Amino acid sequence: MSLIQTTIAPGDVPLVAIRDLTVSFAGVPALRGIDLTVAPGEAVGLVGESGSGKSVTWLAALGLLPPKARVAGSVRLAGEELLAAPPSRLDDVRGGRVAMIFQDPASALNPVLTVGRQIGEALALHAGLSGGALRAEAKRLMELVGIPDAARRLDAYPHEFSGGQNQRVMIAMALAGKPDLLVADEPTTALDVTIQAQILDLLRAVRREFGMALVLISHDLGVIAETCERVAVMYAGRIVEEAPVATLFGEALHPYTRGLVGSLPPLDGPRRRLTSIPGTVPDPRHLPAGCAFAPRCAVASGGCRDTDPRLAAAGEVHRVACLHPGAETAVPVPADVATAPTSAATPALALTP
Amino acid sequence: MLRFFALRLLRALITIGLVVTFAFVVLRLSGDPALIILGPESAPEAIAAFRKAWGLDEPLWRQYFSYFGAIAQGELGRSMRDGRAAMDLVAERIPATLALTIPALIIKIGIGIPAGIIAALNRGSLTDRLVMLLSVAGFTVPSFVLGLVLVLIFAVHLGWLPSGGQDSWRHAILPIATLGIGGAAVLARFTRSAMLEVLGQPYVRTASAKGVPWRQVVIGHALPNATIPTVTIIGFMVGSLIAGAVVVESVFSWPGVGRLLVVAVSNRDLAVVQCILLLVAATMVVSNLIVDFLYGFLDPRLRHAGGRSGS
Repeated sequence: MSLIQTTIAPGDVPLVAIRDLTVSFAGVPALRGIDLTVAPGEAVGLVGESGSGKSVTWLAALGLLPPKARVAGSVRLAGEELLAAPPSRLDDVRGGRVAMIFQDPASALNPVLTVGRQIGEALALHAGLSGGALRAEAKRLMELVGIPDAARRLDAYPHEFSGGQNQRVMIAMALAGKPDLLVADEPTTALDVTIQAQILDLLRAVRREFGMALVLISHDLGVIAETCERVAVMYAGRIVEEAPVATLFGEALHPYTRGLVGSLPPLDGPRRRLTSIPGTVPDPRHLPAGCAFAPRCAVASGGCRDTDPRLAAAGEVHRVACLHPGAETAVPVPADVATAPTSAATPALALTP
Repeated sequence: MLRFFALRLLRALITIGLVVTFAFVVLRLSGDPALIILGPESAPEAIAAFRKAWGLDEPLWRQYFSYFGAIAQGELGRSMRDGRAAMDLVAERIPATLALTIPALIIKIGIGIPAGIIAALNRGSLTDRLVMLLSVAGFTVPSFVLGLVLVLIFAVHLGWLPSGGQDSWRHAILPIATLGIGGAAVLARFTRSAMLEVLGQPYVRTASAKGVPWRQVVIGHALPNATIPTVTIIGFMVGSLIAGAVVVESVFSWPGVGRLLVVAVSNRDLAVVQCILLLVAATMVVSNLIVDFLYGFLDPRLRHAGGRSGS
């Protein structure tokens, strides 16, 4: 499986530009200033532990967080500010320009409505279809995502499908509005390993067909490496490193990223001991004064405990938020992982000792 | 499907049989009808004759079997007080009771469900707190207290409405309000928690994420799911249409089934009490059957579960 190659010209208007996005729940910070751009047609991976803010970033961008969440900053879709947009405008954007699929497809679909109705609802909203045309298009989408016997299965309920099929239905629903961007929030986490690979293949295929951008949220660096061109690594509500996939695997600069890469088993080359990152994610209510990763970091200096580093350029396409980028850790990153691993069966990260 | 309903029906019959048996045993053990109806000073011969006439001198098991045999033939016995058929006595009271309980049910649903939905949609707001405050007050205050408070305000102080009796529609207002307020409070609370639970489900977020306007998310996606637990409570309310007004009928001197029950129990008028209990059990069981059927209609997941569906 080769990575899809897209070159991002520097002059392009970004499809989505997130600037200094912050979110807090009852005073507890969930996002602490996210800067992220997605170019048209680009596939970007967001990786990090649960609670690092991967999903919250996109739920906030689309206005899907509960009202008690405090959201600030800027999210622009092709230049248009979304955070201040009226609800009716957001309803057009959601599912129309930006579609989203979720982790557990069985609970993400309404149990009392047929899948045909749920796909049809998106078609009615964003493609203006009704009646027979709507049903025909729903059937076409079901076939497109690989559900056999689509015409009959339109009248089935989500509990009559397997988890993988439900995720296919979710993808069909997401495609109904012909979106420019699909945000896939842990789309394979709840599925069997063999099904995971099929769903990732499907995501790659529909992305090629529709030419849409993809944001793949995952805690599994292996899944992202296979599917995305660029990766942003999140830690405690911040992006700590951002680089093209190959760069990130070859020359990770942030100690946290290096820990993530080091915890993946190499597919070729000599066997080596997998590494883990000591400690746990800090409690968002009691974040350390300096760098949030400093308490777990092997190369942290006194400065790291006072200064909170922001994301800064570390190359043409490489950004990192670290006072000592690339410093030798106690855990050297072996050269053999520099070539991106290519297996869907990469295990989930072991991040705690 | 047929097997499912046959099983249900069998279970319903067993339930009714258990209720009738229980009532039979408890009533026979709780006092001698002959002594209560004729009075303790009556001649022993009169009491013995009364017992013989009503079969009370037979062993309990024989009374039980002859009673069940009679029920099977549709014979529900006669009142020991005036010899009229128990079923007739009860049947002539049913319209009066339904005149209270059906409007009350409409009030319960008409106020309780919208109030619960509004509270859930505005969770934590002033509206929510107000609705919940009224709801807690509504279902913690016993109906006889609420009834008396309403009498005190609207009959005694304001003099707008009569305090009891059944002479005109105005007499029905206070008992209906008493029944309706309590039930609406219960239903509001249930609807609110059902709605809150559903609003937190991933599929509600999915609906928003695909661009469904919020109003439509609530009506088209959340409500059909929130209806499922609420139907249970409404089913229970429908099941108590016949006998759910015992206290309120007593407070307002309303000549319905409830008051007949109170009088019949204190008189040990066995046939009448048993007839009412049979009727209550039957309506409860029928409304449970309807609820089960509705579950299958509302929740496609249960449609395929067959015999395992329902309560």
